Amino acid sequence: MLLLERRPVDSALMRWTSPVLALVLTVITGFFLFLAMGKDPVEGLRFFFITPISDLIGLAELGLKMAPLLLCAAGLTVCYRAKLWNIGAEGHFLMGALGASVVAVQLVDASGFWVLPLVLVAGVIAGMLWSAIAAGLKTHLNCNEILTTIMLNYIALNLLLFTVHGPLKDPYGFGFPQSVMFAESALLPDLIPGTRLHLGLAFGVLAAVAVWVLFARSFIGFQLNVVGQDQRAAAFAGFGARRLTWFAFLVGGATAGLAGASEVTGPIGQLVPQVSPGYGYTAIIVVFLGRMHALGIIAASALLALTFIGGEMLQIAMNMPKATTGLFQGLLLFYLLTCDAFIHYRLRLKQPVRQSTPVAASAATQEA
Amino acid sequence: MELLTNVLAATVVAGTPLLLVALGELICERSGVLNLGQEGMMLMGAVAGFVATLTSGSLLVGVVAAILAGIAMSLLFAFMAVTLAANQYAAGLALTIFGTGLSAFVGAGFVGESIDGFTRVAIPLLSDIPVIGRVLFDQDALVYLSLVAFAGVWFFLRHTRGGLLLRAVGEDPDAANANGLKVLTVRYLAVAFGGGMAGLAGAYLSLAYTPLWTENMTAGRGWIALALVVFATWRPERVVLGAYLFGAASILHLVLQGLGWKSSTELLAMLPYVVTILMLILLSWNPARTRLNTPLSLGQPYRPGR
Repeated sequence: MLLLERRPVDSALMRWTSPVLALVLTVITGFFLFLAMGKDPVEGLRFFFITPISDLIGLAELGLKMAPLLLCAAGLTVCYRAKLWNIGAEGHFLMGALGASVVAVQLVDASGFWVLPLVLVAGVIAGMLWSAIAAGLKTHLNCNEILTTIMLNYIALNLLLFTVHGPLKDPYGFGFPQSVMFAESALLPDLIPGTRLHLGLAFGVLAAVAVWVLFARSFIGFQLNVVGQDQRAAAFAGFGARRLTWFAFLVGGATAGLAGASEVTGPIGQLVPQVSPGYGYTAIIVVFLGRMHALGIIAASALLALTFIGGEMLQIAMNMPKATTGLFQGLLLFYLLTCDAFIHYRLRLKQPVRQSTPVAASAATQEA
Repeated sequence: MELLTNVLAATVVAGTPLLLVALGELICERSGVLNLGQEGMMLMGAVAGFVATLTSGSLLVGVVAAILAGIAMSLLFAFMAVTLAANQYAAGLALTIFGTGLSAFVGAGFVGESIDGFTRVAIPLLSDIPVIGRVLFDQDALVYLSLVAFAGVWFFLRHTRGGLLLRAVGEDPDAANANGLKVLTVRYLAVAFGGGMAGLAGAYLSLAYTPLWTENMTAGRGWIALALVVFATWRPERVVLGAYLFGAASILHLVLQGLGWKSSTELLAMLPYVVTILMLILLSWNPARTRLNTPLSLGQPYRPGR
């Protein structure tokens, strides 16, 4: 019989093989999915994974989608390392977009180098305020952060919808729920001329580097790690759990807020209801897939960014539903967690040898 | 009086999906398993129920399909969280993300289709009672089913040997195992029951509440139900109260608009989520109460023969 047996030491090899294995399994599942739908599987996989990034424009689009994912994931990494299950990146992102837009709309006639930083800072602050609510609820009122952040996501979405339908609605927008176009001075500069790739990707890479420095070189990063691995040990060492919770949440809010601000000042240029196709939720997958490591989340955000443009490509080229993106993302996370079990466990073919006293052994036989 | 009766009846309707999913999750959590994938299972139930009804023309087929879809999803979760002893938080989140994606994928071709959903069936005599008759006994079949499910869950936990075994597994799996109980089997059954109920709750949305399919139509109800179970301190009778309270919160904007109160739809649509947070705050005023009632092994994977 196949048995799961605890490894004496967690497998370091499996820790990094698991994401690759998960990707392979996802691709295999995708292959059969295309077959089942009566589409050419090789063609389908090529359209999903290769065609979108086969030229410079495509690569720039990949970077464009990577930027918000990487920023959100960097913040979430800080939370998840400390086992703070912040699901609220989507809400922080939306509030960041909203905060930045409120300021940008006021400054629609302004020009000068100071406009863009001001708009971005507004987004960061809005994101931090939103995450501060969840942090306060956690540290002072003991509320479960998963539930509060999810609820705050829905509240943020409704707040955004209210704003684009109400106060920020462009009076000359033919009734569309959207804000006015921002001033040129409030827009992020392009990274590669002629493409839509903007400075946001640089923010994302910087955030990932900052996460690396935080956990590899700083005391607060060490404290966060200890809290995540053993809360009692952290308490004995005198690491303030409340302070660390606030730190992690504020970082999460700041990065996701910046991501939202970069999205409205980057490719969109105004506030629209569909500002996020679920970046904040996808960033959760990025963090798990990237093993909560700076380099890992950079690679993972590229892969997940690809699922967004790959899904669009399939929709155009093969008439597949747009939801293919979500399906691939779900499959990927699912396989990842299954493969992750084998970091701690291994499969054995026969009964494991047990060291036990005669009494326990006879009890075990009776049980069987 | 007329208005009050109608509001109460609408409250029951809005509370029913929450009641169904929360009862399932209650059983699941009583066995020590926290399944955060309610939203994903509900969405799969909703889409399966809708597609099955549309193609077969039978609401019954739709309901069965929804329950089976919910169970299938929950077994995926059980495989990860129970068999592979994975982190239950992560596995549940994965189930929600996977279910959201899969349901949107499956349902993509069915957006905009419509079916004849469940209609109200008055129970003779009982429905003639003033107010209560209309509120409780002049509803659709699934509302009655949810009340039966509540009675069943209450009786099961309180008065049956099975309920006792379930609670034993949730409180102390090691002791239950030592007594010869198959902990993993019990947990599998509890998770599957939760999945079936979530599927049914999804079917209520797509077959009765608004008989159509749209992406993400659960709108966070699975998450609200999770909060509801904590709020109800894992007691079925309090789950009913809580579900109808949330039901009231989610139709409040309709009532206010009906009364001529002008406000933005989007702002009022936040209400159920705000109420959920307020409830969570209310709970933590007395953390001891929650701690006393929480199934002791909740959220901890169990490996027999450690």
